[in-house]
Parts: sequence; structure tokens; C-alpha cells
Amino acid sequence: MTTRIFGSGIRRREDPRLITGQATYTDDIKLPGTVHAAIKRSIHAHARIKSVDTAAAAAAPGVLAVYTGADTDGVLNPIPCAWVVPDSDVKAVAYPAIAKDVVRYVGDAVAVVVAEDRYQAEDALELIEVDYEPLPVTVNPEKAMESGAPQLHDDAPNNQAFHWVAAGGDPDAAFDSPEVVVKDTIIQQKLIPTPMEPRSAVASWLPSMGELTLWSTSQNPHICRFVTSLVTGLPEHKIRVIAPEVGGGFGSKIAVYPWEMVTAFCAMKLGRPVKWTETRSENYIATTHGRDHVEHVEMAATRDGKITGVRSVVYAGMGAYLSTAAPGIPTILHGLMYCGPYEIPNVKAEVYGVFTNSTPVEAYRGAGRPEATFLLERMIDLLAAELDLDVVEVRRRNLIPKFEDGHDIALGLTYDSGDYQLALDTVLDHVGYTALRREQARLRQNNQYMGIGVSTYCEICGIGPSQVAGAVGFGGGLWESAIVRFYATGKANIFVGTSPHGQGEETTFAQILSDELGVDVDDVEVIHGDTDNTPMGWGTYGSRTTVISGAAIALSARKIKDKAKALAAHLLEAAEEDIEYEDGKFFVRGSPDQSKTIQDVALMANVAWNMPEGMEPGLEATTFYDTPNFSFPFGAHVAVVTVDADTGHIELQKYACVDDCGPQINPMIVEGQVHGGVVQGAGQALWEGAVYDENGQLLTGSMMDYALPRAHLLPDIETLSTETPSPHNPLGVKGIGETGTIASTPTIYNAVIDALKPFGVTRLEMPLTPERVWRAIHQR
Amino acid sequence: MAKIPIRVTVNGQARQSEVDPRLLLVHYLREELGLTGAKVGCDTSQCGACVVHVNGSSAKSCTLLAVQADGAEVTTIEGLAADGSNLHPVQEAFWNNHGLQCGYCTSGMIMTSVELLQRNPKPTAQEVREGLEGNICRCTGYQNIVKAVLAAAEAMGGQR
Repeated sequence: MTTRIFGSGIRRREDPRLITGQATYTDDIKLPGTVHAAIKRSIHAHARIKSVDTAAAAAAPGVLAVYTGADTDGVLNPIPCAWVVPDSDVKAVAYPAIAKDVVRYVGDAVAVVVAEDRYQAEDALELIEVDYEPLPVTVNPEKAMESGAPQLHDDAPNNQAFHWVAAGGDPDAAFDSPEVVVKDTIIQQKLIPTPMEPRSAVASWLPSMGELTLWSTSQNPHICRFVTSLVTGLPEHKIRVIAPEVGGGFGSKIAVYPWEMVTAFCAMKLGRPVKWTETRSENYIATTHGRDHVEHVEMAATRDGKITGVRSVVYAGMGAYLSTAAPGIPTILHGLMYCGPYEIPNVKAEVYGVFTNSTPVEAYRGAGRPEATFLLERMIDLLAAELDLDVVEVRRRNLIPKFEDGHDIALGLTYDSGDYQLALDTVLDHVGYTALRREQARLRQNNQYMGIGVSTYCEICGIGPSQVAGAVGFGGGLWESAIVRFYATGKANIFVGTSPHGQGEETTFAQILSDELGVDVDDVEVIHGDTDNTPMGWGTYGSRTTVISGAAIALSARKIKDKAKALAAHLLEAAEEDIEYEDGKFFVRGSPDQSKTIQDVALMANVAWNMPEGMEPGLEATTFYDTPNFSFPFGAHVAVVTVDADTGHIELQKYACVDDCGPQINPMIVEGQVHGGVVQGAGQALWEGAVYDENGQLLTGSMMDYALPRAHLLPDIETLSTETPSPHNPLGVKGIGETGTIASTPTIYNAVIDALKPFGVTRLEMPLTPERVWRAIHQR
Repeated sequence: MAKIPIRVTVNGQARQSEVDPRLLLVHYLREELGLTGAKVGCDTSQCGACVVHVNGSSAKSCTLLAVQADGAEVTTIEGLAADGSNLHPVQEAFWNNHGLQCGYCTSGMIMTSVELLQRNPKPTAQEVREGLEGNICRCTGYQNIVKAVLAAAEAMGGQR
């Protein structure tokens, strides 16, 4: 019995090009005659543009052109929002590629310069004179809805972008006279995704053919092509979008931005290839942010700790415009997850989307689910404190019991499978929870402050199905397609419409095919990212790539197996029902020496010299896979922190987690996803936050000021797993890309609050900086 | 702006160029020499994606001018392995230990790690973490990078 490739932590097949510097990212592309674009961005968070004088810039050395909103207006259509959540009165305000009359955040574009090189383009930006009439500014999503707040858009009164309510059970009755109720206002601070590769685009225009090629740092090149067609008016089949190597995204490369469109505009105007690459400072003000909620939350429960209701009023900042998927995040991906892994009968989420004078908000790793999980885990800890119960005990009393095929929650979703108690037990056993609590008590007697944080979570991912996408207002499908093609030499390509950008799917996808058909993993190459040579797909986000694309690949492989079996039967002169398959070989039952390998079959199918009557040549299959339902990974995390009461310094001492994503195709990659996710969530708890002043200036506008997690600040993450297959897809897999981020923020937050218990501290705002902690201890 | 002549040995190859005095070394490598392995990830010398070796020491090539490299020996990720077909033990260790995901920080991480091991051939995990403080990775949570550097140290047998 050979070791099964499905489940093997083989090293990644994409790595050789990445560790040698041979990979090609967008900014590495250098077409002959390329010129460089740089964008003049508003220095005001809200202002009327009185005039833009581009004369000096246009005359500067190397400058080919300067364009303003007057040039793009009517040529480029407004940037569309692609997720118009129904029954929520979404105000799809115009989002111009270049602002013409009013700028609405620091970073809004007012002009673009194209020059022979990027230094010249940057120089010329300085020569553009913009005369602004500053307007009043609003940046806090709750305050932006107060009467008298400055208004961003004429057609969005009170800055309300949308108003959405989801309810299950009888939430208001649950709060009529509850035995216990706990309340809190939770600030989900604005975060800056910061993939290490800034965004970039290269546009090349072939006027004779009317064809545009756009290299873009995109998580979803097919959506990018679709939107590019809408914005430029070019027919979709005349546009080729290529997402080459993409250096991380975390949601910030989902949106189709105005500036890729402006890059295309410049290329079409000038007839030269144009490259635009943002600087990091530009990325911080002009690439989408995440989170930014003000949440008023209540949890009702019985005296013995059974949760009877959760309800919230959430003000979700959208920034100045609605980015591509923005309205779906605090609603569908957040409000519908208020049950988490718990049996909660009465739930209500009321969400206001709010325009503010800040960088637009989009998906950021977890997108809505980290906020929902934080809310539940925070409130449960408050409830435990109120009832003087252990935080684990309250969770245990509310976890949904084990189920294998479907569990309906109050908010209308059907979870696929779960064993939440097992995940919790596993992580608690691993860390020695009881002993940790004893240690904590001992340390407290010595005035040393250790805190233990626990969270249990369940999240929604593998997003599809398309019917649901339509029902919730997503402006596209959520299926995926995969072509598997065998060549005469027995080697194979997999072509997919998703576009991984660090998740390692060139390896996992090859493992799926290898496992299904017994081909060596090195004989498979995965092709993705180019709309000209990959089938349609909706992209990589929402932990859906392995779940949805992976299923499409497996089903294509199974179609190929069926055809190969029929062809092998023909070649072996046996009846098809007498053919058996094992480890890449088709053989006559009872005569294993009479066999054909998949490679033999691939050769014959490709040359087609001897095919059965009516069988088409070729060995290739395409599958369009639409999942019947989402998948719902889950787990339990524990963090241990110490707090230095003299300085407020927090040390993350230990972090252990159990995550269940069903069967793991490549455990090494799964573990890597968890590490990265946990650390990103730790970033929100401890260090990160986009800070604006009252004028809408981003004070954390560079890596000097926005505190990212660094190696020396972190312990090793102890990763464990349980395996509960999903009945919702042929591989039984669930997503893993976002679980760490979803669970770790509340786990670490709860640990810090737990450490501060002797000081009577019950709440703090994130990030939990030493200053905030110190003040909480010393200024009670 | 008058161009300034420079002579730099890059990955063992002598180069002569005339450059703008303000041209950053990273742009010289990427734009003029086509060595795009070094990346630009920030504009404040924080992220370390652009780290190369200048006269054997790791340097953020976004923080040096090309003219400052005049007369220097520069090694980039492309020139790290002894010959084109082999990997440096640190590259091999990053591969074996899943020390990278999107790959964008990887060139800088590897170049920094190589120098770290030259200074300290048998580091502890915490020393590796401290040594990588100037390199930011957003994907891996650093854990497998640390593991890779320790594995490389082991593979190199504590030799510089």
C-alpha cells in the first residue's frame, strides 16, 4: 500500500520560482515601450475641487500626459459595487475613477501623470496645483449618522449606505425580561490589510484589434475582466486580465479599483503600455481597509448560563464609496453568523452601512466573520463574569451537540457538520486548562498577571452556491470550473478559474488529481490567473478555492476516469464492467497483469488510432461546480498572556488551537494557513489599527506607524486538528484560510481582559497597546 | 540631472552603468539590470523585501542609492546559489519547511537569514526571531521561517 498523496504534507510545487527570485509579479513585468503612471491623490478628506492646474506637470521632463476627472468623465463609467444586498436600501453612489467635483477621502484620485519613468511621474505630481475648498469631515461610522453630521453624498441622506436587519426566533421577546443580560459596545477598529506586495497594474492596448491586456494584482481576474468591461465599455471577449504571481491579498485585492481602470485608460489614450504600481504609503490610503464597526451588543441568558438571545445594532463604516463587495460583508458574512457554534434561539442583527470620509472598506481576512466571532466570544466572557462561571463552562452549556449532516440555526443557515465539544476538549487537554487556572491563581498571589483566553468558533466559508449568491444580491455567480487535460505523454494540466496568491493550490490541486488518477504529482501542472487560458471562475476569497475549485477538479478527474475505463476496456478487449481501477491502473478483474495505465490510455486517447465506436478523441474533462451549500469549519483556541502591571506590556506566552477543516489535502499547508491567520488576528488584538484624526488624515499612514506583527513578538503557534468531513462537497473539505484570524482576536483579547481581572478591568479598546493597558490599571 | 558612472559587481558579474544620482539601488537592480528578485514592499525601510548583500552584509536596497554601491560587490537572491542549478541551503530549508506563502517577502527573508547565519551559525529560535525583526511577512506568521532558518543552520553544520 503506497502512502496516499491526499493528506501528505509534500513541499510546495510553486516554491522553486519563489525562493530563487524567478517569479514574475505584476511590477516585474516590463513590456517594450512601457511608460509609468502615478496618481495625484487628495490631501483632504472632504473638499470641493475648485480647479486643477496641470500645465506645469504636463511640461515637466519625460511627461507624456496628465489626465484629470474631466478627461475620464464620460469615458470611464463609475466603478460599480457588485454586492447590492436586497431589502436594505443600498445607495449605490457614483464612484468616479478620478474625482471631478468633490474628493471624499484622503487618497481619492484627482489626476494621473504618465511619464517615461516612475521618478519623472512622481516629480510631475508635485507640480499639479489643486485648489480645494475644504468641507467638513466625518470619520466615525456611528457619529456620521447623527443629525448635523457632514454629508458625503447627496443621494445618501444621513450617510446611510444601507440598513439591513436579520432576525431569527423572537429576539425582542427574549430581551423583554431576561434572567440575565450583558451589554457592551464593541469597537472593531479599522484595519489595513497590508499584503506585502503593493497593488500594481500593467495595461497594454492593441488598437488594431481593439484588445486590452491588463496585468493586475487581483484575487479574481475573471471578475476583474467583467468589471473592466463595464467600466471601459470594451467588450468582455476583447479584454484579457492576467493575475501573475500575486503577493498576498487578504481581501484587499478582490475589489476592482479605479486605478487599474485609469491605467487602462492611459494605455488606450497613449498607445503605449502603461504601468502603475502604488507605493506603500499610497497603499495605506488608497487600497481598501477592513472591519470598522461600532457595535452595540446585548446577550440575554438564563441564570444557569443558557444563552437565550443576542441582538446588536451595528454601524459599519464603508469609507467614502462602496467597494466591490463591501455591503455583503457586515451583513451576510457577519449578521448571519450570530449563532456561531452555539444553540441560540433568538437572534437579531441590525446593521447600518455608513459612508465616512475614509478609505473604502472591503473584505479583510475573515470578512465579517471575525467581527461576528469576536462579538459572541466577548459577550460570553462577559456573561461568564456576570454569572461567576468559568468561561469554558458557559461555552459548554451552549455548544451545539455533535452533528454529521445538517443542523439548522435560528438565522436560517444549515451548518454542514460539527463536533464543537471535541475541538474544545482537545485544545483544553493540550494546554492543561485546569493546571493553567491553578498556575494563574498562584501567580496572582504574587502580583503576577497571567490571563487565559478561550474561544470556540464556527465560520461560514467555501462561499457558493450561486442561487444563494443571487438571493443575497451578489452580482455574480459563485461556482467554479476546472478543466483537466491529459496529453499524449501522460502529463496533465489543470486549468482553474480561481486565482490563488500564496495559498499553495498549485500543490493541493495537483494532489487532488494525483490522488484521483494515480498520476505522479510532478506530472501535473496547475494553470491559473489568466482569463485567456483558464475557464471562468469567481476567484479566491471566502476560503472557497480548495472547497469549490477542488471539487471541480475532483469531478473532472472522475469523468476522465470513466472515459479512461471505457477506453481501457476497449484496448484490453474486455467488457467495461469487468475493468477495475487501482493506483493509476485499469485491469481486467482477476487478471491484474492485463492492464493499461492512465498514461497508456492518455496516449491512445490523444492519438485516437484505436477508439471505441462513438468515443471522442482526447482525454479531457470540464466541470462547472456549484456547491449545494456553504461549508462551516470550526475549532477552539486558547491563548495565554502575561501583563506587566508596571508598563502595560503584554507578552503572548502561548497559543494553541484546534481547527477542523475536514480532511486535509496537505497538512503542512493547512498548518501554515493557521499560523498566518492566527498572527493576523493577533495583530488586530494587540498592535494594528488605522487611526484617523478629526480631519480625516490617516495618522498610521506608513509601516513606521501601523504596527504589524513581527517575528520577535510571537511565540510558536501550537496547531492541532480534528477531522469532521463536510457532506456538502465531494472531497468533504472545508476552508482553512481564515479560521486563524477569525478565532485569534477574541481569544487573545479575552486572555488580556482575564489577566486584568484583579484590577477590575472589564473592557478595553483594541489594539491593546501597553498605554491602554497601563491606563486601565493605573487610572481606575 | 547629470548621470554618474558606477562600477558594481553584481552576482559576480562586473557592471558599468551611468545612473541618476537619486536612483535607488533596488531600482537599479530591478529596472536597469532586470534582477527583479529584490522586491519593494514599503517606502520607509521597514519591510525588508528588498534585502540584498552589499560587500557581504545584508542591506535594504531601497535605502541605498545606486551610486553608494559604486565599487561594491552586490549579491541578490538570483546570485545566492553557488551555481544556477543548485539552491543555497537556506533556500532549500525555506522550501522544505514551508517558510513562504505568497513569496513576496521571501527574497529579503532568505538574504537576511543567510547573513544572520554567517554572524551566528548556531542561533536559538529567539535569536532567529530577533534577527528577522527588520523583515515583515504577512502570510506565514514567521513560525515556519524560523523553523527554516534553524533547519538551514543544522544543514550547514554550524558552518558560516
